[in-house]
Amino acid sequence: MAGFSVTRRRGLLAGAATLLADKRAGAQEEAPPWMRQQGSPVANPPYGVPSKFEGNVVRRPRVALKFPTASSSGTPLQDLHGIITPNGLHYERHHAGVPAVDPAEHRLLIHGLVDRPLIFTIDDILRFPSVSQIHFLECSGNTPEFRDPKPDWTPQDTHGLLSCCEWTGVPLSTLLAEVGVQPSARWILAEGADAAAMSRSVPIEKAWDDAIVAYAQNGERLRPEQGYPLRLFLPGFEGNMSIKWLRRLKLGDQPFQTREETSKYTDLMPDGKARQFTFIMEAKSVITRPAGGQQLRDPGFHEITGLAWSGRGRIRRVEVSTDGGTSWRAASLQEPILPKCLTRFRLPWTWDGGPAALRSRAIDETGYVQPPREALVDVRGINSGYHFNAQQTWRIAQGGAVSNAV
Amino acid sequence: MAIVPACAEPRHYTFGRTPTDAEIAAQNIDVRADGRGLPPGQGSVAQGRDIFANTCAPCHGDKGQGLLSDRLVGGFGTLKDHNPVRTVGSYWPYATTLFDYVRRAMPFSAPGSLTDDQVYAVSAYVLSMNGIVADDAVLNAANLPKIAMPNRDGFISPDPRPDVP
Repeated sequence: MAGFSVTRRRGLLAGAATLLADKRAGAQEEAPPWMRQQGSPVANPPYGVPSKFEGNVVRRPRVALKFPTASSSGTPLQDLHGIITPNGLHYERHHAGVPAVDPAEHRLLIHGLVDRPLIFTIDDILRFPSVSQIHFLECSGNTPEFRDPKPDWTPQDTHGLLSCCEWTGVPLSTLLAEVGVQPSARWILAEGADAAAMSRSVPIEKAWDDAIVAYAQNGERLRPEQGYPLRLFLPGFEGNMSIKWLRRLKLGDQPFQTREETSKYTDLMPDGKARQFTFIMEAKSVITRPAGGQQLRDPGFHEITGLAWSGRGRIRRVEVSTDGGTSWRAASLQEPILPKCLTRFRLPWTWDGGPAALRSRAIDETGYVQPPREALVDVRGINSGYHFNAQQTWRIAQGGAVSNAV
Repeated sequence: MAIVPACAEPRHYTFGRTPTDAEIAAQNIDVRADGRGLPPGQGSVAQGRDIFANTCAPCHGDKGQGLLSDRLVGGFGTLKDHNPVRTVGSYWPYATTLFDYVRRAMPFSAPGSLTDDQVYAVSAYVLSMNGIVADDAVLNAANLPKIAMPNRDGFISPDPRPDVP
């Protein structure tokens, strides 16, 4: 009877063995180098850093620096995920560089219209009961698109003076209760220990509300660029008022009329008058992908994603248009939706390969709707400089190149 | 918004101490619009001219026209223009702010290095370049707050927003 010949079976076995050998040899030949040797040891480096392949994800100034210490650098929003800004990517805006403050020498003085002036060491501040709150911080000079927006700007250029961290510290109200605030006190001068001795007047209502004297961001002590060892943090207010390297709080009965709230951070209107004390950062949003500077590789599914925020509270809704504002669809909002905090929005989209104009608009819990640029300029003119919160449009060209629609 | 407590509460904690007068004085550098905080001393436009030429002109220009740094002089009547010129003279509401800012933050390379007399002098010179004080003016704690800046009434508060329909 014809059977499974020994030769054939031997051949089959040999063939199978050859197959196995091929597969193993193939696996070893194809295995990338990092699978064939030990990797880096633990705690190397002790303070971890991103992969070298992420080396382009850094802060950048928008323009060439005339005065590198009196300048800003933007967060690479287009390369981030979720709502948290990693500490090393938090935007900067300094007026006299980053001071190297020795926390052992640094003090916080609270005086003026108080029952008992007090001076605290950093260790004292760390002993107080603490709070943590996740909030955005935005420079009121962010998005300089009243005049001369550039078509090659990325979200880092258009909206980069925006970050979001978990801020931990002592409620300012706790410190005020310690010094005893006199009834005539209506304003607090907050002053920093940088070379500019940066100073702003804070209304006392904000101080009692949700103001924090912060010493930590995202779990670790403040970075020097964000005010180590101590900063003021005023949720929802223009970033300049959250004084870094905080050294003094002085209670008074009038605003102190510092340079930063007269010469600067005032909003010139078409009638020649300037608005002063425009504290609140109004509702705003920006699509971070697809966005300026990017290239869509091929038609098909692309998730439109971006960020929305409001200094007046929570984001209620974000709407996205892909036809330049003619029609809108509601995006989904990432939970939790927190007050005065970045909210991540997402919308599934199928790109047909043709031209498109993407924009988003945020609606906050007060019902305020982020306006289109025309409506904002109609009221503010083009010289108010600060608080530009209009809808941002990204233009997608045939072929997929994305640019700033100017 | 929280209600401001009306009564003086006792201390809750034992950390932090009373500052000495010297500690307060060393930091108490702010100058208000009503002049409170201005130190003793004085400075003339003539004295300010010399200080400005050596210390300020390299960044601000020998006539305060602006070089690397902000323009300090002129621009009157331009605030409604397409290109408004905001200077100490045309825009700043208070002369005391000039003293406060120069004293704490200027010159850029050595902030806080001018004496109080020198700050009075430089302030006088900048204001004289703007035609706001006379060329022979001598400024001090008494007369500086009284200076009427051209744009004193140019500011609106409180915040009128939301303002976009």
